[in-house]
Amino acid sequence: MNLEHIISDLVFVKPELAISVTLVLIVLVDLIFKEHKKVLPYISILGLLFTTIFVIEQFDISGHAFKTSAGAGLVTVDNFGSFFKIIVLFASFVVIFFSINSSEIELVKDRHGEYYTLLFGMILGMFMMSSSADLIVLYLSIELLSLSSYILVGMLKDTIRNSEASLKYVIYGGVSSGIMLFGISLIYGITGSTNLYDINTIIQGQNFPFLIFLLSGLFVLVGLGFKISAAPFHFWTPDVYEGAPIPITAYLSVASKAAGFVVLIRFVKITFIDGVDEHGNWQLLSIIDWQSIIILLSILTMTLGNFAALWQDNLKRMLAYSTIAHAGYMLLGLAVMSEEGIMAIMVYFIAYALMNLGAFLVVMIVANKIGSEEIDDYKGLGKSMPFLGILLAIFLVSLIGVPPTAGFIAKVMLFISLVDANLITLAIIALLNTVVSLYYYIRVLKNLYLIKVEEEKPDIPVSFANGILLVILAAPILIFGIYFTPIINFAKESATILGF
Amino acid sequence: MDFPILTFLTFLPILGMVIIMAMRKEQVTAIKSLTLVITGIQVLLAIILLANYDSSLGGVYEQASFQFVEKFRWIDIDNFSWIGKIKVDYFLGVDGISVPLVLLTTIVTFVAAISSWTISSSIKGYFSLFLLLDTGMMGVFVSLDFFLFFIFWELMLLPMYFLIGIWGGPRREYAAIKFFLYTLLGSIFLLIVMIGLYFSTQETIDGTKTFTFNLLAMMNADNFTSDGILSPLNPNNLRMIAYIALFAGFAIKIPMFPFHTWLPDAHVEAPTPISVILAGILLKMGTYAILRISFPVFPEITKQLVWYIALFGMVNIIYGAFCAMAQRDFKKLIAYSSVSHMGYVLLGMAALNTMGISGAIFQMFNHGIITSALFIIVGVIYDRTHTRMLDDFGGLGVKMPVYTGFVTVAFFAAIGLPGLNGFISEAFVFLGAFGVSLIRLITVISTLGILLGAGYMLWTLQRVYLGKLNEKWADLKDLDLREYAMFVPLSIIMIFFGVYPAPMLNLMNSSVNTMVQFLDEVRVFYTSLGSF
Repeated sequence: MNLEHIISDLVFVKPELAISVTLVLIVLVDLIFKEHKKVLPYISILGLLFTTIFVIEQFDISGHAFKTSAGAGLVTVDNFGSFFKIIVLFASFVVIFFSINSSEIELVKDRHGEYYTLLFGMILGMFMMSSSADLIVLYLSIELLSLSSYILVGMLKDTIRNSEASLKYVIYGGVSSGIMLFGISLIYGITGSTNLYDINTIIQGQNFPFLIFLLSGLFVLVGLGFKISAAPFHFWTPDVYEGAPIPITAYLSVASKAAGFVVLIRFVKITFIDGVDEHGNWQLLSIIDWQSIIILLSILTMTLGNFAALWQDNLKRMLAYSTIAHAGYMLLGLAVMSEEGIMAIMVYFIAYALMNLGAFLVVMIVANKIGSEEIDDYKGLGKSMPFLGILLAIFLVSLIGVPPTAGFIAKVMLFISLVDANLITLAIIALLNTVVSLYYYIRVLKNLYLIKVEEEKPDIPVSFANGILLVILAAPILIFGIYFTPIINFAKESATILGF
Repeated sequence: MDFPILTFLTFLPILGMVIIMAMRKEQVTAIKSLTLVITGIQVLLAIILLANYDSSLGGVYEQASFQFVEKFRWIDIDNFSWIGKIKVDYFLGVDGISVPLVLLTTIVTFVAAISSWTISSSIKGYFSLFLLLDTGMMGVFVSLDFFLFFIFWELMLLPMYFLIGIWGGPRREYAAIKFFLYTLLGSIFLLIVMIGLYFSTQETIDGTKTFTFNLLAMMNADNFTSDGILSPLNPNNLRMIAYIALFAGFAIKIPMFPFHTWLPDAHVEAPTPISVILAGILLKMGTYAILRISFPVFPEITKQLVWYIALFGMVNIIYGAFCAMAQRDFKKLIAYSSVSHMGYVLLGMAALNTMGISGAIFQMFNHGIITSALFIIVGVIYDRTHTRMLDDFGGLGVKMPVYTGFVTVAFFAAIGLPGLNGFISEAFVFLGAFGVSLIRLITVISTLGILLGAGYMLWTLQRVYLGKLNEKWADLKDLDLREYAMFVPLSIIMIFFGVYPAPMLNLMNSSVNTMVQFLDEVRVFYTSLGSF
């Protein structure tokens, strides 16, 4: 690896460079123009716009960069990674608009510089996660993401709930990344390489001690399971989601989860398969039975998420458990172990990003006004927020997965891939879970519309900007629910991972 | 025919909904009138449809003999390296099985729109949801693509949930969520079978074999893949399980014993117009879907399970009647009578002969008309007295003679008195079912239902309308113009088809014949595949 190669490979990391530049720019502007903190979000948006252009430019380009051996490097660029980068970017745009309007973020006016800097730290971490093909880079990028998000979660350090959330996040996060690092070191110890492609080549040829390999794989899974909040690594999720400022909760639930999924899929697919047949089914190496592990993980995750959500009274907490349940559904796509399953996950992520961000945005607007996130406080609000109410209904119905919404299409694609792989029992378990989830989502709508209250409820106004943002999130849910060709085509183009 | 009449029938209400959403809250009369106009236009469109309908064509399984067909590619995804293509059609069409139900839907919705005139809170929301519901129902009866069918099927859930939940009675929240949970549970069975069938059927599109959601393609035995889990060519297929799951999904809607418990709750809590729609149209979707999907797609299993279908029909008839007899709440009584009457439909279908199936379809239509009238009857006295308890009334006939006249017509139609429409369809059902030796005993027992039906209906008539006038209701007023507008058309239909049922029977005759013949022929073929 000489300097010339490094410079020529920089083309592959143009989006990451753009993010880094924006990050530095935010720090500088914050330091130099102390009085003009209002300009920071707009610099962020500008930086994101450039990043978006570079990511789109990169679409359909694939290759290894910063090669450490003949065939593989530290970073891979492919459509699979770019797809998730686009999801992350979309979530970032939305969350920055969230932050401008959030009364919680407004409380910490003097720390806006840190806020946006750390947000870009998260974005950089997630971008690196999306394209890392080396365990070291992978670990470092996960740590970058984690450290930035620990602080962001505790941004409102004056409220106890908030500090508690941050501390819990740090402790759980620290332990699980420690375990993951141990797993990585075991893998390195056995194979002598940290590059996923190289490890794949090495383990194809030889017989390795089964137990140690299983252990190391599971250890890595702990770290990644923590990021996607899969049960039983989900314990931090409800507390952190409840305690964090709403924009950060929304961001963690979409972007951070997306990045976790990229890494998980990449890790399993690149490292442990022999190849992909013409039907898109993965030929798994017999070294670890990933399919059974993922199936167990997904059943556990969705069932636990859905049943725990039934008992929640705080809407943010309920949505936290609902995101756990959705992680479970998405794991189903990986359990199929085929390109079709991956495509289903990607379709699911498009729908999930829209509906989850939308639901959190409504929660934020309501919380700004009535200062509460309790589901019981939503009683009778249907009349005082007709516009918000209808939009919240759309987001929640899509989360249930009832047509004609994007959430339904996403679920159908998942079930199609499950049935195609003959995992019918699994599909039925997931469908029964959907029925359970109806109960807690509809409870919110019940409080909004069905329960009549005597007292006058305050009108909850929606600013023009928020209104636009909500429509931008809600309209595609309905449009893709009826005409879903574009999202499936997009996911299909992106489902192939470099090398297989 | 070039004019896309089915699309108009289906999506006109959506247009109305959009207009209503744009209107101001205060324009109450305008919103109500618009709904009435739209449902009125739907009735007109249905009549135009009937006028142009050629009743000699069969339909059922071949696209060529379906009428007013509209077929466009809706979803078209090419170049899948792994699973080929994904293609979904926007595919509408009617045959003799769906035409009576399309007509029924328009009539009942129109009557329900008149009945909705008394709704006083959140007018805008109510009528928007009402029209959305209308689209969902119409869509179910005209779509011939499973995916499209499923979307319409599910589209009704939310409006129904809110219509019961917001404008309903005291226990509306419980009733609404129960309805939603039950029907969603039913739809997941539907969804899984739909996907299973998708992977078992390949239609030839543009020269290549492509998986398809087309219902008619699923009925064609040439289209089965060799290894699909629901393909008879696959020796390890799951067709029996799938059939039962699908049937359970539809049975929840009928509602068939033991899935019927949501119905009394939903009916008692729902406002009158919604009860009318629920009993008049929604229940028919279950039995319609069995005829449209379960029977022709799984003919060999239908034959195997026909005895059980008849048995459940019998249980519905008898059990529903006994439950009705035990009720003290007028509306609950009518709700259970629906359970009983839908049992006749099941029994008729199970006969699998022309007479039985014609009777079943006719019974769907008749029950839709009669039960709408019955729920309006309950609504009329509830509006005036705010009670539905049978024991609170007595001798209302003295004070409301015209109303009692209409009540008598509807009650006798429900009992199945000759000269009214209920008689014809029940007679057909029994004659058809009696002709099949396998279910003869069941049929004989089921005839008890008529006796029981007469029992609870006449008893109700006596308790509420005859006898000594309860002094509490001394100043009740007879029907007003709006109520006439609901009763007159329904009563005319009851009497007309009671005296002269031929037009309706002719309408469905050739489709029913085609269906019976198709089931017979195809079953032999399936059985010859040796997997059973």
